[in-house]
Formats: sequence, C-alpha cells, structure tokens
Amino acid sequence: MTDTDNRRDLVAARRLDGNAAAGPLADLFAVDLTEARSHCASCGTTAMLGAHHLYADSPALVLRCPSCTEVVLRFAAQEGRLLLDLRGSQLLVVPVPNGEDGPA
Amino acid sequence: MARAAVQRRLTWRSATVLDNRAETPRVHRLVLDVPDWPGHLPGQHVVVRLTAEDGYVAQRSYSLASPPEVPELHLTVERLDGGEVSPYLTEEVRRDDILELRGPIGGYFVWSAAADRADGEHGRRPVQLVAGGSGVAPFLAMVDHHRRQDSSTPLRLLYSTRTQADVLGRDVIGGTTTVTLTREVPADWRGETGRVDADMLARCTFPVADRPRIFVCGSTPFVESVAATLIDLGHDPSWIRLERYGNSGEAS
Repeated sequence: MTDTDNRRDLVAARRLDGNAAAGPLADLFAVDLTEARSHCASCGTTAMLGAHHLYADSPALVLRCPSCTEVVLRFAAQEGRLLLDLRGSQLLVVPVPNGEDGPA
Repeated sequence: MARAAVQRRLTWRSATVLDNRAETPRVHRLVLDVPDWPGHLPGQHVVVRLTAEDGYVAQRSYSLASPPEVPELHLTVERLDGGEVSPYLTEEVRRDDILELRGPIGGYFVWSAAADRADGEHGRRPVQLVAGGSGVAPFLAMVDHHRRQDSSTPLRLLYSTRTQADVLGRDVIGGTTTVTLTREVPADWRGETGRVDADMLARCTFPVADRPRIFVCGSTPFVESVAATLIDLGHDPSWIRLERYGNSGEAS
C-alpha cells in the first residue's frame, strides 16, 4: 500500500453522514435539515444534507458534497458563538413541517 | 406526531438510568426514563452529553434501539477500549444515575409504518435493512416497530456480526432477519456465514425488481462496501440511505 493510499483510507474511515450533523445544527435551525436538499455550488448536483459526507473530528463540522467532495457547509461553536459557513450550497431547500407556515 | 418530533426545539433533558446490563460481551443496553419525551421515529438518534468534574464536556450520538411504542429509551453502547465515553457508559453508569441527552434527532435515516400508510405507492415498496455489528441499533427499533404496528410493508434485515454471542436484540429480531457470522461459526449453525458480499445480498435481500428502499448502518468501511455492492447489483443509489458509524463506532 502506498503512502497516498494509506492517507486516503484514514480519511475514508473518518467519514460519517450528514445525518449525524443534525444534533449540532439544531442549535441554530428550528427545523431538521437532514432532509433539506442542497444544490452544490461547485458541481451543480442536488442531494439531501443527510446524504452528504460529514467529517466531525476537525475543529468545525464539515459537510462535503457526495458527488464532487467539495466543502458545502462548515459549522462550529466557539466561545459562546455559532459559526456557519454555507459557501458550497447555492440553494438550500428545506421542507416545512406540516401545519406550519413558512416565511411570507 | 411524526412532524412534532422533528420540529420541536431541542433542549437538554435529564434521563434517569433504569437499567444498564451487558447484552453481549462488548455491548451494554442502557434503559432510560426521560420525562416528557416527545416521541420519536424508528431510526432517530440522541446525543448524550457527559460533563466531568473539571468541566470537560464530551458528546456522543447514539441511535435509539427501542421503538416509539416503548416508553423507555433503549441505547446499545459498544465498549471501545481507550474510548472517552463508552467505557464510562458501559462500566460506571448505574441505576438511578442521571445522564443529559437531547433528541430525537434526524429525519433522514428513519422508517415508520405511519409514513408508509400516508404515502400510497412509495409506502408499499419493501424496506431492506443491512446492519454491520452494533450498527443494528436503529434497525432494532424499526423491526420492533414494524411488528407492533402489524405493518403491511415487507421488511427484511440482513445482520452481519462477528459471533453468535455478539447478536444484539435477540428478543426482537425474528423471521424477517438473516444473521451472518463473520468470525466464529458454531458446529450447529445453519444460517449464513462470512462477510456481506454480492452473492449474499442477491440471496438474502429484496431484488432490484422490487425497488426496495434500503438502509445500511455500521462502520464506515462496512457501509461503503455494502453500498457499492448494492449499486453494482443495480439498485438505484437514490433509494439507498447510509449511516456510517466511523471506524471506531464511537462517533462524535
């Protein structure tokens, strides 16, 4: 096994799913985002956030596009502040729970 | 109720430990009483928060292994040597101890009989569950829920585990479950043996023609191997939902 393969395997083993980011994201969002569809700003594909790749052991939670692996969302809690970087999501479409009015 | 469970603002709740017992040599079952629990859907998880005396905080996600019909919450916790949280939860926690948790969390990796009844054509498609090791936890909730609701949705579980002694949820898994043993096989074992591969998936899961909705849960290598094989067999990737536990099983 080459060093590059080894590094790739180590990265792969850390990979989780966007579903596991739902708890931390609930600090900021009133609705569950795992069934929200995100349109990737990099490659243009659309996927549910629950199906994105999650790396949870870096200083921030990092969600990456399951197609092109570019960073879609970063989220962190630091010193009493929540930090959200949504650079990789061109459009986020969130289902509104039944019986709730969305924004006008 | 389903929607209410998802949209409610999450707060930290106090959970009282009712029982903490070794279910297998490596996994404990924690039974928790959580007052005013809003209900959950099979497949949802909770976050458990532990605070040390010096203020150090550790959080871990655990799938709920119990169905919504059971008032207590069941977590199956695998003890990982050198882990920060699981040795405490399995070895130290006693009845009447208080844990902090919040949930239920996640609307993506869930299945419920009620959603199928409300969703005509989609809801009649079979549900195939594929578990590796302690990744069976969310599926124990789904299988138990399926039986208690007498759901008409065809449902099967393929469960890969190391030895017979490692099988979780013996009281729940039944005729809908195929167990495969990957390490030790007793002489009188008549079930499947060896790792989940294309041949086993073709034999023991719903065929592509049935257009099953597929859920796969386990370690990251297990989940990715099974998902790739399912796609090779012709299943549509958009009907496969994954829950990777990471390499260690102790997801942060």
